[in-house]
Amino acid sequence: MPFISPTSGVGCVAPQTSNVKYVDEFRDPHKAAALLKGIHDFAACIESPRERPLQLMEVCGGHTHAIFKYGIEPMLPERIELVHGPGCPVCVLPMGRVDDCVALAERPEVIFTTFGDALRVPGSRKSLLQAKAQGADVRTVYSPTDALQIAREHPSKEVVFFALGFETTIPSTAITVLQANRESIGNFSVFCNHITIIPTIKALLDSPDLQLDGFLGPGHVSMVIGTEPYEFIAAHYCKPVVISGFEPLDIVHSIWMVLKQLAEGRCEVENQYARVVPPRGNPVALDAVEEVFELREFCEWRGLGSIDHSGVRIRKRFAAFDAEKRFAIANLQIADPKSCQCGEVLKGLIKPSDCKVFGTACTPQAPLGSLMVSSEGACAAYYNYGRVDLRESSLARTYPHASG
Amino acid sequence: MSDGKGSVARRNRVKLRGRTIELGHGAGGKAMRDLIDAIFVELFDNPLLAPLQDHAEIDLHRLAQSGDRLAFTTDSYVVDPLFFPGGDIGRLAVNGTVNDLAVGGASPLYLTCSVIIEEGLPLDTVRDVATSMQFAARNAGVCIVTGDTKVVPHGAADKLFINTTGLGVIPEHVQLGVERVRAGDVVLVNGYLGDHGAAVLAARGDLGLDTSVVSDCQPLHELVHRLLGSGADIRCLRDATRGGLAAVVNEFAENADVCFRLQETALPVREEVKGVCELLGLDPMYFANEGKLVAVVSAASAETALQAMRELPAGEHAAIIGEVTASPAGVVIMKTGFGGERIVDMLVGEQLPRIC
Repeated sequence: MPFISPTSGVGCVAPQTSNVKYVDEFRDPHKAAALLKGIHDFAACIESPRERPLQLMEVCGGHTHAIFKYGIEPMLPERIELVHGPGCPVCVLPMGRVDDCVALAERPEVIFTTFGDALRVPGSRKSLLQAKAQGADVRTVYSPTDALQIAREHPSKEVVFFALGFETTIPSTAITVLQANRESIGNFSVFCNHITIIPTIKALLDSPDLQLDGFLGPGHVSMVIGTEPYEFIAAHYCKPVVISGFEPLDIVHSIWMVLKQLAEGRCEVENQYARVVPPRGNPVALDAVEEVFELREFCEWRGLGSIDHSGVRIRKRFAAFDAEKRFAIANLQIADPKSCQCGEVLKGLIKPSDCKVFGTACTPQAPLGSLMVSSEGACAAYYNYGRVDLRESSLARTYPHASG
Repeated sequence: MSDGKGSVARRNRVKLRGRTIELGHGAGGKAMRDLIDAIFVELFDNPLLAPLQDHAEIDLHRLAQSGDRLAFTTDSYVVDPLFFPGGDIGRLAVNGTVNDLAVGGASPLYLTCSVIIEEGLPLDTVRDVATSMQFAARNAGVCIVTGDTKVVPHGAADKLFINTTGLGVIPEHVQLGVERVRAGDVVLVNGYLGDHGAAVLAARGDLGLDTSVVSDCQPLHELVHRLLGSGADIRCLRDATRGGLAAVVNEFAENADVCFRLQETALPVREEVKGVCELLGLDPMYFANEGKLVAVVSAASAETALQAMRELPAGEHAAIIGEVTASPAGVVIMKTGFGGERIVDMLVGEQLPRIC
């Protein structure tokens, strides 16, 4: 019996002999071809008063990564331009925060734990990877609970977890702090640099030079916060939003859904990723976040400047686990390099390849701007996967999907 | 092990005292001689090693009978952990260097073995590694003919490092080189990609991964011999070790100034390895292999080369994975299973897992 996915809008058929693993089913090129035909049809019929492409922003860096990894952009009509949004936590990390991390990591009593892709982000003096090479005890973890385990195993050391990310990772930090509190672990603290997505999207929408036509909403953030927080985008800014999954079929399906709204003159929040995202999010996670964290008045973003209420900090009640309270942290303000145009890329004003230093002074080997660091960063993705225009390459020209 | 002037008398069986390596085992005195005799000489035993001089003497006349060029290569091995599913550092140190010779078209003949040992390492570990080296050397038809032993203080090295240098002879008729690659050529690999990388990642234990994947560590000289004797027009070969398949095809594309176009659906990757990569956000194209080569052959020879590889266990799962085109030069493009296309670049530094 073929398997038909009950939640996806596209039927997913697996061969009888293969186990359904929920991976290949979401990468089926035949399903994609049907959706792409629909996308080409919509793109041809959507009226636009402007002499410019339809701009859709994928907010999340995970989407950016998948778009490039699976080669989705060259399959789309030329009229559609994907703008790679601010949802890569590494990419919006200000240089001063990296310097603070390095200073913490270089303290002899500290074991500094971090997610892997923060290691290469350039600070004003050095990256965490360079600090590690010079002797700082910097360790990569997959989860804050791994950092807590290191604290249990090294009671004579101060273990600091570099908490980074949007609502996707905030709950796991919250739960780790609660666990550390329950166990009264005295040598564990969190350097909290978590940020929240909604104020950032609002700031982008309020930016006078921005002309986006629709959004692919972040899937894993929404798994935590639900779909309701995005309603203002449709209601007040009249932009369609489709919460999208991360498999290539999810993304193509979501683009199809945004275009369908545009073609039909609708502005709604729709949930393509319903197999993971409940409308009200995850109340247990939200409760833990509420218990441990509170909003900061403002938060500095790389390339975007200061955005009100876009960051969180640890509540006073859990100050014992707050690295900002345990250590003297300089909280340095360091201006982005002048030649760096990360901010304009993040707003979709220019393509990564239009940046003055793209591929020359700024490469993944020697990143100047943080968008070049993480594989989720738009510039790194462009550089790694897309610096040759595949729409122009011979195979793409003969490729049936690309022409619709 | 050629430190000091050896003699047949030194080859008497020596019993080592103690259970761990001490600094004295590298100090040039009796403890070191005992270590060398009891482990390396005892295990590697062969006529070229037996005189235990500071060098091995190799008969040029005999070498010249097998070919017209020497192939000469060196590599250092620092894998952690020392033992992993499917292999260990000793087996790696032999097969890795044998393969570097083999993909040049050479018949591998002689290896050196230099070890740097961290003080405190159990003697049994050194013996196990050396035993594994001897087994691998016999399997690959090479002799370990000279070497060196150093011991460094605790913390100055991670357990055990091995350097092996290899010497082989390239037969007259064999002409391999990336400059021979032409647009229209076909790209093959001899089997599943990424097994070694996944096995070592899992063996490190810090990710809590439970997988049945074992390293593909194996010698490739027979496979290469079979390929070269198959009549296929082989342009060039390279073993895809660190940096994985992606590194090799990028080097080829850059050096031959052509475009390599790969088909994602044609890449042989085990489901378990795919699973590890899905979980951790890694890419099997960048995972290390220790028994995989990339072959570029003329289009007319593709089937012949594929069949030749599939006749041997080391090539049982060989596959045609792509082709060479003229442009865009210097670039590797992969047609994804999803139907799109993307550039495959070399890795920058290490593969770093993503946040979310």
